[in-house]
Amino acid sequence: MTKLTFIAHDGTQFDVDAENGSTVMENAIRNAVPGIEAECGGACACATCHVYVDEAWTAEVGEPEAMEEDMLDFAYNVQPNSRLSCQIKVRDALDGLVVRVPERQG
Amino acid sequence: MTGIISTDVLIVGAGPVGLFAVFELGLFDMKCHLIDILDKPGGQCAELYPEKPIYDIPGWPSISAQGLVDKLLEQIHPFKPDFTYNRMVSSLEKLEDGGFRVITDENEVFEAKVVVIAAGGGSFQPKRPPIPGIEPYEGKSVFYSVRRIEDFRGHDLVIVGGGDSALDWTLNLQPVAKSVTLVHRRPEFRAAPDSVNKMYAMQEMKQLAFRVGQVTGLTGADGQLSSATIKGGPEGDIEVPCTRMLPFFGLTMKLGPIAEWGLNLHENLIPVDTEKFQTSVPGIFAVGDINWYPGKLKLILSGFHEVALMAQAAKRIVSPGERIVFQYTTSSTSLQKKLGVVE
Repeated sequence: MTKLTFIAHDGTQFDVDAENGSTVMENAIRNAVPGIEAECGGACACATCHVYVDEAWTAEVGEPEAMEEDMLDFAYNVQPNSRLSCQIKVRDALDGLVVRVPERQG
Repeated sequence: MTGIISTDVLIVGAGPVGLFAVFELGLFDMKCHLIDILDKPGGQCAELYPEKPIYDIPGWPSISAQGLVDKLLEQIHPFKPDFTYNRMVSSLEKLEDGGFRVITDENEVFEAKVVVIAAGGGSFQPKRPPIPGIEPYEGKSVFYSVRRIEDFRGHDLVIVGGGDSALDWTLNLQPVAKSVTLVHRRPEFRAAPDSVNKMYAMQEMKQLAFRVGQVTGLTGADGQLSSATIKGGPEGDIEVPCTRMLPFFGLTMKLGPIAEWGLNLHENLIPVDTEKFQTSVPGIFAVGDINWYPGKLKLILSGFHEVALMAQAAKRIVSPGERIVFQYTTSSTSLQKKLGVVE
């Protein structure tokens, strides 16, 4: 199991155990992290699972692909460390990953 | 106002479940008319993820969302449903004879014996951009679509977005506007490369300004904009003149006017029984993602099941007193005739 930490907009911290191969979004939904809506269900077809990747993790998580960048155009307050959590796959190297939930989704 | 369009069953929403409803209702000889806010059938499948494979349609180990829509259209073809696209149903009233009158946002009038709400997550509507304080300007100086080009003549126009709508209107409104500023959060665009090249060429000629960044603030009074603040670009915060704004931030789904039809609601979903999938108003049914009942799963296959049962109940309303015979398409000659597979 890989440990993930979600920090909701109000500062509440959610530490969850995630299975490798699942997406960060799926783990947010499974653990009822507030502020992750995932309207399209993980099809990279909306921008309602937007998160900020903690600065210490941006290199390991990597850059969004072109399609995800296109979707991020629709997100609220996009920053250089913005990602759509449905496009981040959990793997061993992400053990301890910290992501923050934005003030709102779109 | 045009003439009244009469049909047995009016289906609100032409997504996969609305389409399959035509099949089940058609087997019982009920004529269907579908209304959808999009310009094509298929709902979310066609609009959000046409190329994505779906793996839980019985009998199809994998089928693309658009592929499923195409197959459904082929399947319902024998029943010759009518479609009205680009319309939102704005009002619904019960008639004295027990039927319903439905009016669209373009004032078309429909009368039907039964109404089936298959509106999924609601109607697709332009997404409000993440700009604080935009609401008072909407419909006065901020618009989400262009109805008349003339409305933009002589204005300082700010267009926000990076897709085809943003680029097309940048190019088409530039000749009439006083000034055009295109704002997008990055130099790459989703729009057709040809439009992007044209836009850059016009910027070279100083016919318009393209700014990288995000609009973070608006200035104006009484709904009339005067300027917009753009943040995050290489020049830092800048203020540009803006008397008209066109944000293009894609579509989102909203329940819309359905909320005002007098139906009981449960967290923006429509509660139904699980025998008929009927709402709190007899004669109005709700199927697919928009309905709610204990154990509800938002699956296309659940919607397919729901319409089969709904069709039985709808038939009792459309043809009261007529005996309903349960038949299989594999063995019933009468059903096969309706499907056009036997003479």
